[in-house]
Amino acid sequence: MKYSGNKYRVLFITVFAITIAMHPVSAAGPGADGEFDPGSFIFDHIADAYDWHLFDINGKHYSVPLPVIVYTREKGLNIFMSDKFDHGHKAYRGFRIEHEGPNKGKIVVALDDHTTQPDKSRPLDLSMTKNVTGMLFAAAIMMAIFLTVGNRYRQNPMKPPKGIQSLFEPLMLFVIDDIVKPAIGEKKYIRFLPYTLTLFFFIWINNMLGLIPFFPMGANVTGNISVTAGLALTSFLAINLSGNKHYWQHIFNTPNVPVFLKLPIPIMPVIELVGIFTKPFVLAIRLFANITAGHIITMGFFCLIFIFAQVSRSFGYGGTVLAVGFGVFITFLEMLVALIQAYVFTLLTSLFIGAAVEDAH
Amino acid sequence: MDLITPEFGLFFWMLVTFAIVFLILKKFAWKPIVQALHEREENIREGIENAEEARNELTKVKNRSDKIISDAIVERDQLIRQGRELREQMTAEAREMAEEEAKRIVKEAENLIEEEKAAALNQIKIQIASLSIEIAEKILRKKLDDDAVQQELMTSILDEFKLN
Repeated sequence: MKYSGNKYRVLFITVFAITIAMHPVSAAGPGADGEFDPGSFIFDHIADAYDWHLFDINGKHYSVPLPVIVYTREKGLNIFMSDKFDHGHKAYRGFRIEHEGPNKGKIVVALDDHTTQPDKSRPLDLSMTKNVTGMLFAAAIMMAIFLTVGNRYRQNPMKPPKGIQSLFEPLMLFVIDDIVKPAIGEKKYIRFLPYTLTLFFFIWINNMLGLIPFFPMGANVTGNISVTAGLALTSFLAINLSGNKHYWQHIFNTPNVPVFLKLPIPIMPVIELVGIFTKPFVLAIRLFANITAGHIITMGFFCLIFIFAQVSRSFGYGGTVLAVGFGVFITFLEMLVALIQAYVFTLLTSLFIGAAVEDAH
Repeated sequence: MDLITPEFGLFFWMLVTFAIVFLILKKFAWKPIVQALHEREENIREGIENAEEARNELTKVKNRSDKIISDAIVERDQLIRQGRELREQMTAEAREMAEEEAKRIVKEAENLIEEEKAAALNQIKIQIASLSIEIAEKILRKKLDDDAVQQELMTSILDEFKLN
């Protein structure tokens, strides 16, 4: 039993190591001009994209096309697959992917294949980008997991957990008993469990999938400011829509504060009002920065392989061993960070909600 | 700077995805899960409480049975003691009665002996009297010749009789 367990562990680690070793190969490959540019390589990986790049063979890009949904008043609603752009080389239906300037990598209104409309205005862009697809995949996994688990709980509430249920029960109990209950308080926490559980597992699963370098995983979803901003907005709504009289009184007429701080210049109310917005803002920045930093460091180590390889062949082999070693280490660290960041986001949101629903004392 | 500029499309899809996931899981996952976990928790808490109660009940019952046993032991000892006392009392009474009986028998025997003795003495007296008369006759036959001797003899015999 023990032997076979070790065998599987060795197998797992081997596959894991190979996977990580393949990461840069599948994501980047040598540049078209032969010169390797780690900066743009890393930021291309981290940034969102209209197609899902798989690998390059002999300078030819292979990628999964994704739906582009753009709307302008003149051209109306346009829905097509992103391979029509031919990796940004062509314009299609008057749209093209910008190559430089502030809108680099975004869809803009085109005059022809190589020129953008001079006012640089962008269409309303609701494309299903790489991050959207990755996020939808994470959402699908999340639903598959928790609908299965929920079903088991509904059918056998008193049976001991089994299979995938026993994997997630400790995590759910961790969120319920160690995050939400102490933060919000015994009396009111039940109402906020659906939101906080969704939040925790949405962040955690997206974080974890972001570490797996295969299609349809590996999108830098939670390391994107738009996604974390969206999460922060839900957190903002959850906090302020549940805020009671005591909470708002605390903001606009803070008790135990001298009157001259409120009248005639409302210093305290302004500070408190700003605080409403800074709290979720900080949540968004923290998650974004942590996950992005993790991806940058991981990618940075893998870039070392190509940088070393450009110096000399043997240097490249040696560098590969080093880089893979560091890459494995950082990936394990990132798995920890994935959990910690989900924990921190959920904990702080719960604490803010707890402060918003706290009774006057 | 593309990195820190929020993109409306992704923001929009993020909110839509999150809302859908939230609503579906809220109805079909979190509610039953939280409820089941709560139920289970309650169940376990109740089980522990019941076990505690049962244990207390058991202790009470055990105490009561211990008390019953100790009472029984006390009662038994008392009964044994009483029995012993009774026995001793009965033995004492019996002995007393026996002693009295024995005394009575001895007394009766003594009386009988006394009577026998008196009768025997009478017999002896009679015997002695007749012997005396015989002796006297013989003496008389021998010494009746002399009056003085007769007189003296008579007196001495009479004295002897008085002594008796």
